[in-house]
Amino acid sequence: MNAIALLNAAKDGILTGSVYALMATGLTLIFGVMDIINVAQGILVILGAYLSYALSVHLGIDLFVGLLITIPTLFVVGVVIERVFMARLKGPEKTAMSILVTYAVSLLIEGTLNTVFSVNVVQLQASYVTRSFSIGGVHFGFIYVAGFVMAAVLLSALYFMLYRTRFGVSVRASLADQTSAALVGIDVRRVSTICFGIGVAVTAAGGMIYGSTNAFNASTSYDLISRLLTIIVLGGMGSLGGAMLAGVSMVFIGDVVGTVWSPVWSTMSYFVVLVVVLLVRPQGLFGKQSARVA
Amino acid sequence: MRQKKNLWWLPAIALFGFFPMWVSNPSYMAIAVLTLLYMACATSWNMFSGYSGYVALGSGVFYGVGAYTMALASTHWHMAPGAGMFWLVPLGGLAASAVALPIGWAALRVRRHTFVVITIATLFIFQNAAFNFSFTGGSAGIALPFIQWNASYYNVPFYYVALGILIFITVVSAVVRRSRFGLQLLAIRDDEDRALGLGVKVAAVKRAGFTMSAFTIGMAGAVYAMFLGQIYPQFAFDPFFDISIALMAFLGGLGTLTGPLLGALILEASQQYFTVSYPYLYLFLYGALFLIVIMFMPQGVVVFLRDRVTKKAEREKAAVASNEAAVAGVAS
Repeated sequence: MNAIALLNAAKDGILTGSVYALMATGLTLIFGVMDIINVAQGILVILGAYLSYALSVHLGIDLFVGLLITIPTLFVVGVVIERVFMARLKGPEKTAMSILVTYAVSLLIEGTLNTVFSVNVVQLQASYVTRSFSIGGVHFGFIYVAGFVMAAVLLSALYFMLYRTRFGVSVRASLADQTSAALVGIDVRRVSTICFGIGVAVTAAGGMIYGSTNAFNASTSYDLISRLLTIIVLGGMGSLGGAMLAGVSMVFIGDVVGTVWSPVWSTMSYFVVLVVVLLVRPQGLFGKQSARVA
Repeated sequence: MRQKKNLWWLPAIALFGFFPMWVSNPSYMAIAVLTLLYMACATSWNMFSGYSGYVALGSGVFYGVGAYTMALASTHWHMAPGAGMFWLVPLGGLAASAVALPIGWAALRVRRHTFVVITIATLFIFQNAAFNFSFTGGSAGIALPFIQWNASYYNVPFYYVALGILIFITVVSAVVRRSRFGLQLLAIRDDEDRALGLGVKVAAVKRAGFTMSAFTIGMAGAVYAMFLGQIYPQFAFDPFFDISIALMAFLGGLGTLTGPLLGALILEASQQYFTVSYPYLYLFLYGALFLIVIMFMPQGVVVFLRDRVTKKAEREKAAVASNEAAVAGVAS
């Protein structure tokens, strides 16, 4: 244990955490606008990773160039899931039902991925995946930095869309109150569909980085989704800024705990942090103190 | 009227009671034991989550705690392998309830959606702890005292113990459903703030329901550990278990008594069948079956069928009434 090791852990936490923040932002956006908990987000990340894998292995398309194909593809997947399954969910049990339906969807995808790609773990390969550079004794893996930059760009784009465009105003209105938004003439259905598409599309980018920094197969998604859910609850469900802060701080805390004590406790630290925070602030860091909803 | 109708349990008990005498194939019996355990767990889960509307997805914690209690107690006390170990089953239930107390205290402070996620988190905390603590044997797990029963007979004691647990929880769940406590849980589901306003001690009622529901799941976990003879963290604290029992209750009909029983019977049996017949595609088939049921029978199979029957009866009644009216019209 020395200062350099701690610095490395902090750096990893911030770089990797930003990618988690990106994936969690999609999840919290979907929840905020639609009151839907998309449990399939984990497997969709893996689907994104497998798409990048297929493109690079079979067609020789570079991972980053491949995103131009995988991001729109997953957007369409999201829109289809929303139209076919989510649009039918109504009534007081909507959120609970959404967990079950998206879980069933994730089983469908998991079964398909197991059949198509087998259950052997793979990892995305490219010349730059293993390359790194160092500044003042701190090593930077190229792919981690690229992931951080990409997450920052995409999150900025998302923020620009939400706060500087007319569509963004509709989204924020729907986030605040769906009924009122519909009353002032916002097409909440359309906003929901597009938000679900966007929320799923970010998994393509997240999945590409995840797939090149971790070996994965379809069942890796359980670990992912539990982390992502923890992040959005910690940040406050439906809060975009909360998801980002929580994403970075969760991985940061996990990495520091892993360095200071032992890596085996790093996964557990997320959950302990979550429980402690919720005891003090039941609505999460930035959650609205919402009315009781069924 | 309601009392007269509810005699479904008589033939059901007879059917389950005599099942091992017709079916001697050990692999079918093993599926039957697991199905009974799942039926008990789904009913117990429904007794809290179905009645109160607080969907818990971390019940695997109680299953795992029950399983580890059985494994640790039987090995540390050097129990003779055999039927004597069944005495530890209630201990597994008590341990699970003891664990549920602090979890419920922490997790039930938050709103429904957050509650779901916290319960998921607790499962991973426990799984991680089981991997990393030394007394749980880490990833190598724990081997229980080896029971040397004849293979053709091995499953039968487990079958009847599981059936006993199932009958126990079905009776408890039925009693709760008709009691004041059950009404309070249902009131929380319908409108928690109003229930609070009307004087229901919602926090205490929720905690009590949560702890009670843990007991049976813990007992089932203890039987499961003994049945397998060896436990590992990922089997004892299994995320698939959480979602499975919730699915079973939803599939059959959330908040009903027979729903979880029927849901578990259909799902566990079909899952075992799919797993064996289609080792790669079974998840796909399972997911598809599940989606079809949710999309077309969102209230669950039991409610769907009941509505069908009552609607048919109403239609017949209406038809008879209009006939009579027509006859009366002709007569006059």
